[in-house]
Formats: sequence, C-alpha cells, structure tokens
Amino acid sequence: MTKQSTSPLLRTRDVHLYYGEKEALHGINLDFNQHEITALIGPSGCGKSTYLRCLNRMNDLAGNVTITGSFELDGQDIYRPQQDVVELRKLVGMVFQQPNPFPFSVFDNVAYGMRVQGITDKKVLTERVESSLRQAAVWDEVKDQLNKNALAFSGGQQQRICIARLLAVQPEVILLDEPTSALDPISSAKIEETLQDIKTDYTIIIVTHSMQQASRISDKTAFMLNGDLIEYGKTKKLFLNPEKEATSDYLNGKFG
Amino acid sequence: MKKSTNVTAQRNNRWALLGIKAMVGVVVLILIALLGDILITGLPHVSWHFLTSPSKDFGAGGGIANQLFNSIYILVLTLLISCPIALGAGIYLSEFARPNFLTSVIRTIIEVLSSLPSIVIGLFGYLILVIKFQFDFSIFSGAIAVMLVNLPLLTRNTEEALHAVPQTQREAGWALGLSKWRTISRIILPAAIPGLVTGVILSAGRIFGEAAALIYTAGQSAPLISYTNWNPFSPTSFLNPMRPAETLAVHIWKLNTDGITPDATQISSGASAVLIIVILIIILGSRWLGSYLYRKMGGTKS
Repeated sequence: MTKQSTSPLLRTRDVHLYYGEKEALHGINLDFNQHEITALIGPSGCGKSTYLRCLNRMNDLAGNVTITGSFELDGQDIYRPQQDVVELRKLVGMVFQQPNPFPFSVFDNVAYGMRVQGITDKKVLTERVESSLRQAAVWDEVKDQLNKNALAFSGGQQQRICIARLLAVQPEVILLDEPTSALDPISSAKIEETLQDIKTDYTIIIVTHSMQQASRISDKTAFMLNGDLIEYGKTKKLFLNPEKEATSDYLNGKFG
Repeated sequence: MKKSTNVTAQRNNRWALLGIKAMVGVVVLILIALLGDILITGLPHVSWHFLTSPSKDFGAGGGIANQLFNSIYILVLTLLISCPIALGAGIYLSEFARPNFLTSVIRTIIEVLSSLPSIVIGLFGYLILVIKFQFDFSIFSGAIAVMLVNLPLLTRNTEEALHAVPQTQREAGWALGLSKWRTISRIILPAAIPGLVTGVILSAGRIFGEAAALIYTAGQSAPLISYTNWNPFSPTSFLNPMRPAETLAVHIWKLNTDGITPDATQISSGASAVLIIVILIIILGSRWLGSYLYRKMGGTKS
C-alpha cells in the first residue's frame, strides 16, 4: 500500500451496460485513485448508480443485465471467470441509500462480515467492532448499547453503523450510493465528516444528488448524463471552470 | 358555487362513512351471534368427564377424548409434512423464481388448488390414498389430504412473509459478500420469522376445524385406543398413524347426520364449543407469538 496515486487503484474502460436490449451506459472510462474521494453526479436516471453497482458486481444479481468493458482493481480484471465475487465484495464494500442494518444487535451487525469470513476469536471481534464504530464516528453514541437492536437507532446512526459494518471487513474501496439522501442535514454532515476522516485509509466513490455535497467532500468529480460520462476532473476545477456546456448548465441548475 | 360542492362532498363523506360502519356492524353482529350461540348452548355440556372419556355409540354420557386427541395428532402430523414443503416452495417463489411463463403457471396452479373445495380433496384422497395405495382410513391418509388443503395457503403465506422483508436487507447481505443462499438462510428467514409463525398458526386453526377432507380419509370411527401403549405399530396405540381416527369436526358432523345416542345434540354442542375455544386459543396464540417474535427480532414498530 505504499504506492501513491501514480497509477489508479481502480480503472474502468469502455463500460457498456444493457438492460435486455436497452443500453444504459454508453462506454464509460473512469480511473479512481487511492485515498481519494470521487463523486459521481448527474440528474436522476443518468446511470451513475448503475455504474457504481458494476464496481462490486451487484448488477450480477439483477438478471437480464449485460456488461461489457474492462474493470481492473489493482491490475486484476474483476469480471474474470475465476474471480471470487465474495472476495471482491470484501475488497469493494457498499453503503446504500436507505440505511439497512440487519435486525440484530449493533455488535452482531458490525461483527457479521467478520464472522462470515470465519473470524470467531471473541477478542479480535470485540476489538475490531470497537475500532470500526470509532472510525465511523458512532462509537460514543452506541458504546453503552451494543446489545440493543440496530433498528432502534436513528436513521443517521443506522447509516453510520452500516459504514462501521463495512469498515470491519477492511475493504480497499468503499462505494456509497446516495448515502445521505434519506437523512436529515445534521446526520448528513456527520456522515460527510466520517468520510473525510476515513479517506486516508480507503478509496471512496460516492454517488450523490447533492452538488454541494460533492463540492464539499470530493477530490474529483465525474458528471454523467444519459448514460455518458460528460466530464471528469478535479472537483474544484469542474465546479469553478467546467469545460463542457452541459456540465455548466447542470451546475447552474438549468436542468436536472 | 365552490362552497356548495364542499358541502356536498362533506355530506357524501358522512354517508359513505355511515355505510361502511353499518357493514362492519353487520359482520360483527353475525360473528358475535354465531360465537355466542355456540358457546352458550355448548359450554354447559363441557366438563372434565366430557373431555377425558371416550365417545359412546349407543348409550348416553359419552365424551370426546379420542376425537380431541385425533384432531391434535392430525394437526401435528399435517404441519410436520406441510411446513418444510411450503417453506421450500415459498423460498423458491419469493427469492429465486424469475417472472416468466413457468412461474406464472406455478402461481396459477397454487391459486386453483387453494380454491378447490375440501370435499373434493377428501374424495380424491379416498380414491388415491385409501383405495389405490391401501393406506385405509387412517391418520396418515387424513394428514396427507389436509396437507393438500393447507399447502397452497401456507406456501402463499410463506412467499408473502419472505417478500415483506425489504430488498435492502438482501442487498446488505450481498454487499457484505454473502452468497445468495446464505443471505436467505441467515438474514431473510430470521427477519421473516414472525410472519412465518403467524401463517403456520393460522393454518393450524384451519386444519383443526377441517372436516370434509377427513370424512373419507381419516374415517368416521374412533376405535378404543390406549394412551399407555407407546408402540406406534400396535393397532390400539394412540400413536399408531395407520389407525382410523375420527376428529372433533368430523364427530360433530357425524352426530348431526346419523347420531343415534340419546344425547347426540348435547355432545355435538359441547364438541363445537370445545372446537371453537381451541381455535380461538390458537389464533390468540399466533397474535401473541407473532408480536413477541417481532419484538425479539428487533422491530420497534407494532
């Protein structure tokens, strides 16, 4: 993990995706650098969530979906036949729009992924549950209630518990699919803070509806429209001085 | 102009509400009248002796002990057979079946099967199980026949209980790297348990009250059995599944069609009251167990 962003950690080339006959992504080329936050923005239905779900092969389960193009994580093609999807999802974790903790205790939620991996040592589990909850900035709120059901907490706390559940598996890449759109502003701000804190250890790709959010937290931003990648670059540059007219129109609220 | 439409709307609203309340009132009244009639005429005949002594063919003073036990035995046996099948079929329909021609055929068949009159299933069971496979009038034949009545509803219920678990839970499992089967067995099934249990117990109520499917399969006679004979192969053992076994509901039907004991009416009323009470206990139990499990599995609402 010493190599710095000279070569991208995750590289995708010419990504096409079809729902049956209908083409939803028309050739996306995107690279993601290590320890950076990349935001995917664009109007509803532009394909940003669909693209995100290609990166941990969540679309595999949708049925009737065809994906072409290349996806390389650390130089390895993640769609190669011998790729273990379980192993991939361990490396590339995902946080969803709706907080989706399991109906178990906070502890069991965070420990779940580790147990699936075969970690049973109580000491290791306890330590990593605590460190994950600390990293997700929710430890202080749940530390006395680890045996309480995760669903009994507020939406923002649930979402951070979900982030902790993900961190406990120690992924390399974290995908977030509009993680704050179901939350109130204060909870959203806490999630954003959390992401800033953990980005030194992870590579983060976030789909967001909120341009303010993208500009606040991301290093790079990709703007998508109707299944095409319109513009991709440093967030500051893209927001202050977009190259394409469509980007500037979207940022100025002319559509979307 | 606007004001008058508002007034009309409000009046219509009041009338509609009144109409709906009247309908509910009719339903509730009918139910209370039925239940009240059964309990008031039946309960005076229910005694410890009534519940614990065997029925008599001719003289007065018979009880319903064997019929009550037979009903419970068939209930348990039916649930033992139908639960795993319904669970498997429900999991398939909810989690694996793609919406295509085959799946819609399966669903249609299940719907047709669930609306089949149970007397038809009873006669089918008689021809196939009793005559063709020579299981004779037996608890086993009865349990299979009632299973056929119960299976479509239980499958449907299982499918719905699983379907009610939010899709986000499946995605959470997949995203953590769980296989599809592991997501189902470790996340979806536990989350669906309250719904599953409620479905099983409600179908237990239906099985307990079933008569038509049992008349020609489990038989209409309750031979004397011994509750101390634990050998399930002995014809007089209470555990023998191959013995003919009249259930409580069949007993009530029998008493009312060709009962020749002088107290047939009283026994029938008492047996009906017992039947209703057992079913009420089952239904209330399902409510309690369902919400208890829901709370235990961590739902905060309800």
